Amino acid sequence: MIPRMVWIASACIAAGVTAASAEVVAPDKVMMEDMTVGKSLSGQAGNPDEGRKVFASRKLGNCLACHANADLKNELFHGQVGPPLDGVADRWEEPQLRAILVDSKKVFGGQSIMPSFYRIINDQRTQEKFHNKTILTAEQIEDIIAYLKTLKE
Amino acid sequence: MMKLMMAGAFATVAAAVFVTAAAAQDSANIGEQGLQTEPMELVIDDEKMMTRVKAPADSPFTELISGWEFRNPGTRKMELDDFDNPAFIWVEQGEELWSTVDGTEGKSCATCHEDASDSMKGVRAAFPKWDEAKGKPQAMEHQVNECRTERMGADAWKWESDQMLGMTAYVGLQSRGMPVQVEIDGPMQEWWQRGKDLYYQRVGQLDMSCANCHEDNYGKMIRADRLSQGQINGFPTYRLKWQKIGSLHRRFKGCMQNIRAVGYKRGSDEFTALELYVASRGQGLSVETPAVRQ
Ligand code: HEC
Ligand code: HEC
Ligand code: HEC
Repeated sequence: MIPRMVWIASACIAAGVTAASAEVVAPDKVMMEDMTVGKSLSGQAGNPDEGRKVFASRKLGNCLACHANADLKNELFHGQVGPPLDGVADRWEEPQLRAILVDSKKVFGGQSIMPSFYRIINDQRTQEKFHNKTILTAEQIEDIIAYLKTLKE
Repeated sequence: MMKLMMAGAFATVAAAVFVTAAAAQDSANIGEQGLQTEPMELVIDDEKMMTRVKAPADSPFTELISGWEFRNPGTRKMELDDFDNPAFIWVEQGEELWSTVDGTEGKSCATCHEDASDSMKGVRAAFPKWDEAKGKPQAMEHQVNECRTERMGADAWKWESDQMLGMTAYVGLQSRGMPVQVEIDGPMQEWWQRGKDLYYQRVGQLDMSCANCHEDNYGKMIRADRLSQGQINGFPTYRLKWQKIGSLHRRFKGCMQNIRAVGYKRGSDEFTALELYVASRGQGLSVETPAVRQ
């Protein structure tokens, strides 16, 4: 688990910078190089506690639909479609995790079932209410990344 | 009818409770693909359903597996005995409608087709079928409405109406146990290809194709659901979640909805083509109509 101090620090940063959210990187402006995205999408560090919620929420990340995660063992029903994410921070660096979340297909290949969480898809019979929207916001993705970085074995 | 409905409702509630209990223990028993659990065989009225058949050489699967195999014991059992199968409320309704006169011509289905157990045997297994006059394939629902509007002088039934569900369940039941065998050659070839394209096309904000779930990942849990091959040999199917029987096109729509795509219309050319293609992926599986699923 993340030390309490770090959590408080990042919560403060989050609160402080929200007002000036000008630094958000638009979905079509994300720079991906060698399957990495170096720069924070929101221009700030994520909040791991929020990320944990977004990860579990069926309406948001719904990552549990496909990934088991021992840290959330109190949540019912973990999927088996993707690999368990226990210890995922030992396998991937932050810029790689960001690339996976932004557009999984660019990392895993075009056959991947994993959704691209920061890509706009309007032209695939997408329901109107999801037009011009990414599945997760820049902030939510940064929160998830901060959370994934706590998953060490 | 009233008495029957009541009995059905009780059976459903009881079954739903049972299923929830069973779901909790199901993760202990994951087989290589389907769920290895009792009851192991689907035998209805002493007839064994082929729920697993060897796939033909050109299939993406090595074995074709009915959706029944992926369900937990409670749901499996409900299909074993027609008294426990809540879909039979609709089947009874369909049977009644079969000989009910309707429309300006003063005819019922029975006027022309007589005994359904004779005339409708094997019909479900071969749908969708090519319709020469219309120049395209028809789902069974289209055919029923063609008979109603063009031969009986009666109004078309809505795709998802109790009458249509009852009738397609009743007609489908006459083929139960027979192998799915749809025609895909000749003029059907083009429609089959269209269905195949739809099957592999990614749709919706979640950017998935049918194949991503039902071909690449069957047997695995996706949150609380165990993915099947998405076979259609049991439709129309009673679904516990719906608390009623539903059409195949409703199911297609639901799967598209879940990935944040707009489904096609029930009865559309797209869904008829998709139905044809998916049926062809299950050639040889027994017709289970009306099946029970979670
Ligand atoms: C529909 C299923 C699905 C969903 C939903 C999903 N993933 Fe994935 N994910 C996969 C699959 C499958 C892989 C393995 C790579 C591949 O084959 O595409 C994967 C791989 C990963 C990896 C690399 C894991 C490793 O150890 O190599 C990470 C990290 C990851 N996913 C994070 C997430 C997060 C975070 C979410 C939620 C925001 C999420 N995934 C949602 C299917 C999914
Ligand atoms: C006036 C006579 C008539 C009536 C009444 C009638 N049908 Fe038909 N039905 C036909 C004919 C003729 C065909 C063959 C049509 C064809 O081949 O295009 C047919 C075909 C069918 C088929 C397809 C059979 C197969 O082998 O593919 C089904 C299913 C069907 N009818 C159901 C019904 C139902 C249900 C009703 C009552 C709601 C009904 N029919 C009423 C004359 C009738
Ligand atoms: C995100 C994964 C996913 C996608 C994509 C998906 N489905 Fe499904 N589908 C499911 C789940 C979960 C169920 C319920 C469990 C099962 O039978 O697989 C289901 C059930 C079905 C069933 C019922 C099977 C039965 O035995 O009664 C059919 C048919 C079906 N899907 C067809 C399709 C078609 C056609 C598409 C593409 C348009 C599609 N699905 C896309 C997840 C998916």
